[in-house]
Amino acid sequence: MITKIAWRNIWFKPLNTLLSIILLTASVAIITLLILLQEQFEKKFESNVEGIDLVLGAQGSPLQLILSSVYQVDAPTGNINYAEAKQWMDNPFVETAIPLAFGDNYKGYRIVGTTKDYLDKYDAQLKEGKVFKQNFEVVVGSTVAKKMQLKLGDKFYGSHGDSEEGEVHKDHAYIVTGIADETGKVIDNLILCNIPSVWAMHDHSHGHEHDGEAHEHEGHDHDHNHGEEAHNHDEEHNHEGDVHEHEEHEHSDADNHSHEDAHEHHDHDEAAHNHEHDETHISEEGKEITAVLLKMRNKPAILSWQMIIPMNTKMQAASPGKEINRLFGLFGIGLDALRYLAYGIMLISGISIFIALFNTLKERKYEFALLRVNGASRFQLLSLVLIESLLLCITGFLFGTIVGRIALVLISGSSQEEFKMSFNPLEFVWDKEGYLLLLTILVGIVAALIPAIKAYSLNISKTLANA
Amino acid sequence: MISTKNVHFSYGKGTDFNFPDVTVDGGDTLLVTGGSGKGKTTLLHLLGGLLKPQSGEINIEGTNIATLPSGKQDSFRGKNIGLVLQQAYFVESLTVEENVVLASWLATGKKAPQKAKDLLEQLGLKDQLHKLPSQLSIGQQQRVSIARALINEPKLLLADEPTSSLDDENAFTVADMLSSLAKQFGTALIIVTHDQRLKDRFPNQINLT
Repeated sequence: MITKIAWRNIWFKPLNTLLSIILLTASVAIITLLILLQEQFEKKFESNVEGIDLVLGAQGSPLQLILSSVYQVDAPTGNINYAEAKQWMDNPFVETAIPLAFGDNYKGYRIVGTTKDYLDKYDAQLKEGKVFKQNFEVVVGSTVAKKMQLKLGDKFYGSHGDSEEGEVHKDHAYIVTGIADETGKVIDNLILCNIPSVWAMHDHSHGHEHDGEAHEHEGHDHDHNHGEEAHNHDEEHNHEGDVHEHEEHEHSDADNHSHEDAHEHHDHDEAAHNHEHDETHISEEGKEITAVLLKMRNKPAILSWQMIIPMNTKMQAASPGKEINRLFGLFGIGLDALRYLAYGIMLISGISIFIALFNTLKERKYEFALLRVNGASRFQLLSLVLIESLLLCITGFLFGTIVGRIALVLISGSSQEEFKMSFNPLEFVWDKEGYLLLLTILVGIVAALIPAIKAYSLNISKTLANA
Repeated sequence: MISTKNVHFSYGKGTDFNFPDVTVDGGDTLLVTGGSGKGKTTLLHLLGGLLKPQSGEINIEGTNIATLPSGKQDSFRGKNIGLVLQQAYFVESLTVEENVVLASWLATGKKAPQKAKDLLEQLGLKDQLHKLPSQLSIGQQQRVSIARALINEPKLLLADEPTSSLDDENAFTVADMLSSLAKQFGTALIIVTHDQRLKDRFPNQINLT
């Protein structure tokens, strides 16, 4: 009954009530949003970094290397020589080494050349189909499959580079041979193939560009496509030729060249027997990859390699944990500022409740006196004022949690587009949100304390006699 | 029935009141008159348990409320004493009916909506049940406060200047209602007033000097 009166009372002054609730909602919404963002962001970052001790990549910003190769959000720092990287990958200190080669994207989803270890690292089971074996066979992540409506056997062309608008590689179509289960990790947004696919695509495009300088671009493209459709073997031949050209172009070293040439030749001979087998075994010599994810057997090596590798090679070894902590530290300042702002708003809402209760106290003292005359105890008056304040706070808290989650949905929508990172608005961080509820209630109690005590200690005789 | 004995009250600073003994039986009406500053309202508050006398006894149905601790006084007042004030106050956010029901809940812990309805109808407020108190005229508001004072069938009904802000017609209606309801419920009625119109109506009077 007291609660009912309290409820009626707060809506009897709708403007005061609305102001208090809006302020509370705003502060609770901001804090809830921050709690959810931080929790899910950190969880996402940490789950993706699990089992990666070091990332080997081209020199440059270590943070950029981590972001690009582990989280697939930034451009890569550059490429590294596969042969050189291989020496480190085969080091006995290394437990597992997963090479990554970036090149293309499909409608903004990265196509990453890697090995089956990458799928295993993220515990990605295949929902359908099988792991890529031959060139241009791909396994698509669950989100990609859903958004792009890709099915087993579907073919698509990749675009060069990171952006959707990149040059389309019309020469080779990727074919979907597997669809991965949802993992909640970065792999959901990737298209995976073997590394030779990336090389083949990349080499081809280099050769293509090279040719383009000499010949008319359009004409060449047309001719080439025609060849591909008509004579598959010819296409393969052309392709090998392009690789050859590319090697020549990049490495003028004669020894390397002759070795390469022989090797290519050998491969080509084999092609007569087994065309498909040939495709997966393009020479690794002189080829480039983007990064290697390393899990170390020897823990001290994690530290020492970070110094040894940049000193002795053109590569760097970056520690994901270190870089991510640095990143959190950077925007932690921004998050803190936002949090202080939210607490500030909560303080103001507390003051607003206090003022509203205190102001109405003067006109309401007759009401209180009357309740006492009718047999209400002092304690009932105290609780009436407290409950009014608490109702405001709890209403504000409920609205705040809802508004905060709506904001998260909006943010999730844009972050999904830009960074392929989505947030779950239905997750509850019980402990932190519980503390927030307690804090809100505390604000309500503190704001109502003085008005409630005044109601409690009201002298009814004096109040009524002076009426 | 109510009886007092040697009630003395002091606000300090020389304002001392020694009240004459009063006795009112159930169903009877006593009019307390006197000029302003003679302690009419003080006496009423003493009888209603809103103030405690420095000495003396106030017995209501055998309970001396002068010695009750304040917590018990609240619940005793709720159950046994009805108060009608010069100006009617309400919980503004509740309807007329809810205000009356609230009085029954505060006193007994039980809601008596049917009784509240009957009382309000008897007081001619049948159509105002679901209005807010602020939407009623002053005369109507005064009748609502009578209904609220009587909802728990108190042993003692106290009225402080119940008619002074009303016009003649309303004043007599309210006075009639008070005395007839007091008879109906067997309640001792004490009216504190300086309203000349009531003095002719209630023969049983004491004058504070």
